[in-house]
Amino acid sequence: MWKYSDKVMDHYRNPRNVGKIDDADVVGEAGSLTCGDSLKLYLKIKDGIVTDAKFQTFGCGSAVASSSILTEMVIGKHIDEVRKITNADIARELDGLPPEKMHCSVMGHEALEDALKKYYDEEIDFGVNDNKDSRVVCTCFNVTEDIIKEAIEVNGLTTVEDITNYTKAGGACGRCKGDIQKLIDKYAKKSEPKLSPAQLILKINKVIENVIAPELQKDGGDIELIDINENKVYVKLQGRCSSCKNSVLTLKSFVESTLRDKVSNDIEVIQV
Amino acid sequence: MVIYLDNNATTKVDEEVLEEMLPYLKDEYANPSSMYEFSVKSSNAIADARNKMKDFVGAKSEKEIIFTSCGSESANTAIRGAVAHNKSKKHIITTKVEHPCVMNTYKSLEKQGYRIDYIGVNSNGELDIEELKEKITEDTALVSVMWANNETGVIFPVKEIGEIIKSKNPNTLFFVDAVQAAGKIEMNVKDSNIDLLGVSGHKFHAPKGIGALYVKSSVILPPLITGGHQERGYRAGTENVPYIVGMGKAAELAIDGLKYESTEVKRLRDKLETGILKTTYNSRLNSSITNRVPNTTNIGFEYIEGELILLHLSDLGICASSGSACTSGSLEPSHVLRAMGTPFTSLHGSIRFSLSRYTTEKEIDYVLEKLPRVIDDIIRISPYQEELEHLRKARG
Repeated sequence: MWKYSDKVMDHYRNPRNVGKIDDADVVGEAGSLTCGDSLKLYLKIKDGIVTDAKFQTFGCGSAVASSSILTEMVIGKHIDEVRKITNADIARELDGLPPEKMHCSVMGHEALEDALKKYYDEEIDFGVNDNKDSRVVCTCFNVTEDIIKEAIEVNGLTTVEDITNYTKAGGACGRCKGDIQKLIDKYAKKSEPKLSPAQLILKINKVIENVIAPELQKDGGDIELIDINENKVYVKLQGRCSSCKNSVLTLKSFVESTLRDKVSNDIEVIQV
Repeated sequence: MVIYLDNNATTKVDEEVLEEMLPYLKDEYANPSSMYEFSVKSSNAIADARNKMKDFVGAKSEKEIIFTSCGSESANTAIRGAVAHNKSKKHIITTKVEHPCVMNTYKSLEKQGYRIDYIGVNSNGELDIEELKEKITEDTALVSVMWANNETGVIFPVKEIGEIIKSKNPNTLFFVDAVQAAGKIEMNVKDSNIDLLGVSGHKFHAPKGIGALYVKSSVILPPLITGGHQERGYRAGTENVPYIVGMGKAAELAIDGLKYESTEVKRLRDKLETGILKTTYNSRLNSSITNRVPNTTNIGFEYIEGELILLHLSDLGICASSGSACTSGSLEPSHVLRAMGTPFTSLHGSIRFSLSRYTTEKEIDYVLEKLPRVIDDIIRISPYQEELEHLRKARG
């Protein structure tokens, strides 16, 4: 059994604003029957204000809850405000969703985005991304690079599993998982909290002393930290390491990758 | 109130089973392998349970029964053992609708270089026996089919399959995953060509954590779990005496209950099934009507989603399960229903009800009373109103 919040349960038990609006100004759609969930979002918009919203959803409890709460979130708001709503906002408003169900909030957001896109096409076109040309990464669930990029940026995702939970991409045959990893490498923020220069130096020094040096010492080698300049770390390999033919490999595949893993993703290690 | 219609997932431990187990959880704690009088009762209890399991599967000798920890261990021991037994052969035949514990074992053997043929089923869930027959060659180490399918309850003709296998290649071993047949239909391995057969205690009112594997006396298997000499070297580890005793008792009760399964449980299942198909216009049966274990029905509700149905049923105290993608934690709907070519309109809205000897008429009546309203409520949310209206006119 999924751990749903009380709010999610309330919304799938008593969904708000169910149905269609016959004279809707715009209808946003997302998902499909084959994929296992789909959503139609009907909006009435007057003088830039969403005056009414209704939904019809084919999907699980969290899909219904996401759609239901979304209608509540947009009614009475100006579309400039509505445009700013992200899938993370939908999930937050529901007091969270299980990680495996985050794609339901993404579907809600996709339907909203689709509705706004159609609306702006009819009105004036200002700046909503048109991702029609975006490359399809996951063919099983028809997930494009733009959708994955947005999921990464809005939710701070860092693993392929995250992407699958949020967008479904990679959840069926799994052939696109390599591609997804590349997109994570491309779009995920490299380091979360920015360290001050002094903090950075201390942290790098600590990792070298406590993690890297002991490993090298096991093979009769050692390492000395010479200097740090922004993301460049200057080191000197010592002992057996200094004469080892594989020292470049050691430097890149062990020293640099350890520092990237433990300190910051953009560190470059240079041998002095 | 709990109305438990998910007996293919697990079952309630029978009171008599629990009673039989308790002494071995309390005073009779001796290790059955020990050399003192105190251990005699434990070792006798295991011998007795083994004998009951022999009768349960219809084996010739109790020496053909090995106790394991679960159905998955039985399957792993059988499959990995069978390919070791036939180590020069590199071909295996199984079906597209096996349980994950079997399926994923073959996926891992595939990576080790085995060639695996997965035999398909028709829209009723029945196996393509001709295809299976054609695939058997000199190089076939093992044929493996389930006796009854966990999702649809469809029974495969294992006796006939056994004859086909041995007539084409007597050296090919035959493993039957009988986890969902055990306790529901009669099993008789000695009159069949089954070499290996696995069962799991918790599917027939024993506790979780105990299983058994039948190994025909002519087949020598290396153990999956190595260590001591327990289970005649087939499975190391100190015997789980209370659970073995419990499963023995459960097997004995199951033999006595087979008639009840095929009459009363079947009657209630049929009543539930007919009632649902009659009162909900978007439902369809996901299997053949005949050739099923008596306790299982799998019904697809078109244009609505299964997890949502389960959540609403759960609010009413009704426990069932779904082949929908959303409930599995994976993102794909049931591989069994997909192999059957179940239309995608009902694939995600498929619900399995599985009864047991504890299911009462009152419970079935309650479900029949409540379910149509649940389905109606969910239909109301569906974006496929036109399609549903079309169905309502056609079937309603």
